[in-house]
Amino acid sequence: MLEVTGFTKRFRGVAALDNVDFSLNEGEVHALLGENGAGKSTLINLIAGTFPWAEGVYRINGRTITSLTPHVAQEIGIAAVFQEFSLVPDLTVVENIFLGREQSSGLFLKRKQMRQAAVELLDSLGFHLPLDENVAFLSRAQKQMVEIAKALRMSPKVLILDEPTASLTDGEAEKLFNAVALLKARGVGIIYVSHRMSEIRNLSDRVTVLRGGKKIGTVVTAEISDEGLIEMMVGRPVEQLFPKIEHKPGPVRLEVRDLTTEKRSVIGASFTARAGEVVGLAGLVGCGRSELCRAVFGLEVVETGAIMLDDKAVERPTPTSMLAANVCYFPADRGSEGLALARSARENATMSSLDLPELSSGPVLKFWRENETIKTPLANLALRPMAPERKASAFSGGNQQKLMLARGLMKPFEVYLFDEPTVGIDVGAKADVYNLIKSLVEAGACVVVSTSELPELINLASRVYVMHEGKVVAELAKHELSEAQVLSHYFGGHA
Amino acid sequence: MSSETATMTVANAPSHRASRIDRFLMQGGIVITFLVVAVVATALIEPRFLNRLNLLNVMRNFALLLIPSLAQMLVMTAGGFDLSVGAVVAATSVVTAAVMLVGSGYFPGMELVVILASLVIALGVGALVGLVNAGLVATFSLSPFMVTLAMMSVLMGIALYFTQGIPIYGVADSFIANVGRGQFLGLPIVLWIGLAVLAACIVMQRFTSLGRHIYAVGSDQRSARLSGVSTGRTLLVAYMLAGLLAALTGFLMTSRLGSGQSTIGGTLALETIAAAVIGGVSLRGGVGRAELVALAALFLSVIANAMNLVQVDSKYQTLVLGAVLIISLAIERLLLRKRQS
Ligand SMILES: Nc1ncnc2c1ncn2[C@@H]1O[C@H](COP(=O)(O)OP(=O)(O)OP(=O)(O)O)[C@@H](O)[C@H]1O
Ligand SMILES: [Mg+2]
Repeated sequence: MLEVTGFTKRFRGVAALDNVDFSLNEGEVHALLGENGAGKSTLINLIAGTFPWAEGVYRINGRTITSLTPHVAQEIGIAAVFQEFSLVPDLTVVENIFLGREQSSGLFLKRKQMRQAAVELLDSLGFHLPLDENVAFLSRAQKQMVEIAKALRMSPKVLILDEPTASLTDGEAEKLFNAVALLKARGVGIIYVSHRMSEIRNLSDRVTVLRGGKKIGTVVTAEISDEGLIEMMVGRPVEQLFPKIEHKPGPVRLEVRDLTTEKRSVIGASFTARAGEVVGLAGLVGCGRSELCRAVFGLEVVETGAIMLDDKAVERPTPTSMLAANVCYFPADRGSEGLALARSARENATMSSLDLPELSSGPVLKFWRENETIKTPLANLALRPMAPERKASAFSGGNQQKLMLARGLMKPFEVYLFDEPTVGIDVGAKADVYNLIKSLVEAGACVVVSTSELPELINLASRVYVMHEGKVVAELAKHELSEAQVLSHYFGGHA
Repeated sequence: MSSETATMTVANAPSHRASRIDRFLMQGGIVITFLVVAVVATALIEPRFLNRLNLLNVMRNFALLLIPSLAQMLVMTAGGFDLSVGAVVAATSVVTAAVMLVGSGYFPGMELVVILASLVIALGVGALVGLVNAGLVATFSLSPFMVTLAMMSVLMGIALYFTQGIPIYGVADSFIANVGRGQFLGLPIVLWIGLAVLAACIVMQRFTSLGRHIYAVGSDQRSARLSGVSTGRTLLVAYMLAGLLAALTGFLMTSRLGSGQSTIGGTLALETIAAAVIGGVSLRGGVGRAELVALAALFLSVIANAMNLVQVDSKYQTLVLGAVLIISLAIERLLLRKRQS
């Protein structure tokens, strides 16, 4: 029902998408797979009318379309969940869900009806959200749920999902998959982008693989193995995803005692992390593990409890004092807390290490040394394209995540706090990040990883703390680590 | 499953423990407090403040600040600025008086027709200015600051060129008597007009999709566009409404002054932005409510009146205005921060 041929899109002369053909049938889930920067989001943005295509033919239901705006795309019945979201921070959840599609009678909005419809929509999806809160105050996971609900506000004919599960936990993702199955049965065509192989395998009928803006091929999912897909995607056979980490737990570096935040997102949590080990924080999104990391880094107001570094209590932590104490934090929400999107990749990478002797003497920046200094960390992370002068906003979602990570690698820290370090990055880059964690730990650093990806924890961590409703409910040692074990503590009870 | 969803509800809902004081402060309590303090202090220091004639005067001034402040608010919530409000007021004041002067020669004795014609033409000029402003901002994505600054300069130039800075007299007497000085139910006509505009703005912001779209475009233009909002059209409407309101102000001002003057409105850009910001309009767009802007405009009018009553030299009045702006914003920010931590 939807067919594009010869699609090409250039950004300042560089082809982000090069002569790509793609088609979608009714009731089909068609997955897009590719490394970070392969052009998946670009293809989707063209189909949804975000920006115009340079060359190519766009046909939908036999009609040829010459130009498209997001507004027109929605009239045709194309709805999209964007990777970088399309939510307005100063409007509430309900207002965002109906933005651009308000229901009114005459001049006036039908506010009650819209609210009611939003409640029904969210209920049918099983998402629970504060309806009248401004979106600016929501967590990334909650924003993701709003973005999904928004795409489903009118019954779409084509639904585009660009990494919709990147910040959802398994429970929430499951609800989304149910909704997808339902829509599929109703004949809706779905374009699905994800870096998670299991999702692609379970949901999709066909897969199109992109690499470097070109189409590598379209295959029927059932007829190809995961290894085959990954090989198409990266152009070489796969190596092992998770490296084997030698944990040599040394002295306790970071200790948190009975910590309670003012907002009660964390209640009486305690944990320790030693030099030379990876400590995992597990739990549902919203269970307080992100806030725990943020509190340690001075981003949440602590009400009671102590944070100790090398057995010394830290009074009133602030990001500046924690960085000075060699603690480094990588936020989950790279857009709002991490990157200065309008500045270059280079400036973003060196932002928190400009006081290094390599980079400055006194107030004077040694800007001529900057490029030299960032080369290795960026190469280790395989930034694509390797263009340090490009604005952060012009990188693909996954490459923005790598820029965030690069920032913490500029100088040696002793304690690393990672919040969802591999959100939205491709399989190859994930392996790079895991190897990076391995080299940090084996060099004696103390690493704390908060993540919703269980395989990550089980393969990387030497110990895992499980959180539930702000409290630490379990501590699991390496030999107790299995998906079932960790999951059994997710809801607070014991299985 | 049910226990799972239940726990997630708890986890998702942020703690809503804002006290009553919090909510009062957030929802304009600060502006209300400023206003009450200003009124009480002025009344105590200078009892003449409460004279009927003086109060009528304050109301007229308030209305003539309120209308352009609402114009400013519309543009600011849409993520822009309108530095050209004052210039539009001056230009349309000149246009109004000129049309009346010329028109009464052609249609002697038909004052009402001439007055309406001048209103329509003035509004047309305002809308045209808004159209050009929005067109430049939206099509070339130029900075609203620069576009409206240039527009201000151009309009003032034209108005001064035509009038040589001399007021245009010959404004219809019935216009002065019935509009500028007129009263209805004991209150000035201009105040009624200002309140009607305020009511329209409140309804527009809260109950229409246009209002919703203006907030959305000001808050995050990219997201608004992706959501299917026609951002260009929304900006166009916001700037045109602002132009219309500025033109209405010019029309009313002419009636108040009894002549068309190219020199009025010089400080209006500053005053309207001050009223908007004290009323809680965000400089970054997306936030702002008409009723609070109205309270802030009233606050500024009371202070201006107080200074006149105690005979502060007009040279120092802008100095005081600047100080009031900084002080009130600092107090507002301090209180909010204290509340949040
Ligand atoms: N606004 C822009 N300006 C310049 N280049 C851009 C812009 N948006 C994307 N690109 C480039 O286009 C290429 C494709 O990016 P795209 O976002 O489509 O990748 P992706 O496949 O979605 O990757 P990811 O998995 O990381 O989300 C990248 O090289 C990116 O740097
Ligand atoms: Mg992408």
